[in-house]
Amino acid sequence: MDNFIQKIEKFIEILIDHKGYIKVLEGLKNTLLIAVLGLIIGIVIGTVIATIRVLPKYKVLPRVLNTICSLYVALFRGTPVVVQLLVFYYVMLPLWNAHMTGVQVAILVFGLNSGAYISEIMRSGILSVDQGQMEAGRAVGLSFGTTMIKIVIPQAVKNILPTLGNEFIALIKETSVVSFVGAADLYVAFNYIGSNSYEFMVPYLTMAIIYIILVLIISLGIKIMERSLRKSDRRH
Amino acid sequence: MIDVINLEKHFGDNKVLNGIDVTINKGDIVVVIGPSGSGKSTFLRCLNCMEDPTGGQIIFNGVDIADLKVDINVHRRHMGMVFQHFNLFNNKTVLQNIMLAPVHLNCKDLKKAKRKNARTKFANLFRSSGNKKPLQEITETKASIIENARTQAMELLSRIGLEDKADVYPSTLSGGQKQRVAIVRSLAMNPDVILFDEPTSALDPEMVGEVLDLMKALAKDGMTMIIVTHEMGFAREVANRVLFIDEGQILESAPPDEFFAHPKNPRLKDFLSKVL
Repeated sequence: MDNFIQKIEKFIEILIDHKGYIKVLEGLKNTLLIAVLGLIIGIVIGTVIATIRVLPKYKVLPRVLNTICSLYVALFRGTPVVVQLLVFYYVMLPLWNAHMTGVQVAILVFGLNSGAYISEIMRSGILSVDQGQMEAGRAVGLSFGTTMIKIVIPQAVKNILPTLGNEFIALIKETSVVSFVGAADLYVAFNYIGSNSYEFMVPYLTMAIIYIILVLIISLGIKIMERSLRKSDRRH
Repeated sequence: MIDVINLEKHFGDNKVLNGIDVTINKGDIVVVIGPSGSGKSTFLRCLNCMEDPTGGQIIFNGVDIADLKVDINVHRRHMGMVFQHFNLFNNKTVLQNIMLAPVHLNCKDLKKAKRKNARTKFANLFRSSGNKKPLQEITETKASIIENARTQAMELLSRIGLEDKADVYPSTLSGGQKQRVAIVRSLAMNPDVILFDEPTSALDPEMVGEVLDLMKALAKDGMTMIIVTHEMGFAREVANRVLFIDEGQILESAPPDEFFAHPKNPRLKDFLSKVL
């Protein structure tokens, strides 16, 4: 027990006296940045793909787009996200002669990756909305796209919000691998504290607790959002 | 106003409509009846290309809308539709349901006109002074479009006595109220014709009356209506022509008195003896 208290004291010393907290805050910022921006990119890509996949298929263009989307989803669901990060950072960037920081690469790759997953979630959401809603929108003269954006997708999002929240939580936890491409996230911060004190137990424990707190806050946020979106279902 | 020429529709090998020819004039109230599976709903849904016809022509205001190259959205504005299951937009309030299409489409037209004017203005820079093209006149603004749509929507709601329900969501309304809102939603676009697809079939018996009353009022105002229904009493009272469809063909078309009193087609005689 004395040993454990010693370890905590050492951890606090590095965290505060050696400015470790700055690293932690920066790591937290990067983790959240990658997860939130990744989710936003993912939702945009996912919605576009899902819309393309529910288009009527008797014309050529939707069929071609549909094939491209299937390939995209297969590609990003079929490879681990670490591999995608490494390929993007060490293969694509040199090929394109482009320069991006690790955080930027992580945001992009996580966006592309979660886009593939969200497209499937969104597609099931769109299919769960009654076909009549689309028909009613088309019948008053709105185009397919307008009806989709104004009527169908808002209702689909309401239906899939719990699953979408799951995706966000998974995303936040998955970002702990971004140190592979040199992005300084929470793991990097606590690893730094650990290697400075030759003592990893308390830093990694703290890291776990921070992740749990983040996830709890997100689930609370989702619950509140769900309640406000459900107001059109209430009967009173 | 609507000329249907040899309309055909098949789903795969299943032929649902086998060459339908009918002409609907302005102010006509046409009731379509027939046994279930006869293709009467499909016929109605083909009229505004909810289902794309596989053959034949539908001439609406001089344009063949069965042609897939035609921008159907422009023509659907002039063709209201009322569904069996109401299909009010669940994520919009009653008022928003009615206002959505007029506001969105008028704003889109406004934007288009503005863009065109900007292009003309730019082109005018290069035209000699006598040769300049005039600009399109724009009288409306976005705010005035919304204001007009709101006034019109409130007028329509007061007509059906539901002003107090303007800001509630459809899930709180009864079936009859939903269907009446759906009818005025299609009226908000000032359509030339309204298609009714079994408007009372999903309603409780005691709510059928209020919907039929609203439809009678519309008929009195001279609205052109095409109605698929099982309400024979309504057909007899309001229609000026009744069509009997079976196996994808119009077997009889007559004014209601003659239709119900002296049916000629044996299939219709059989049908009427069962339902009347």
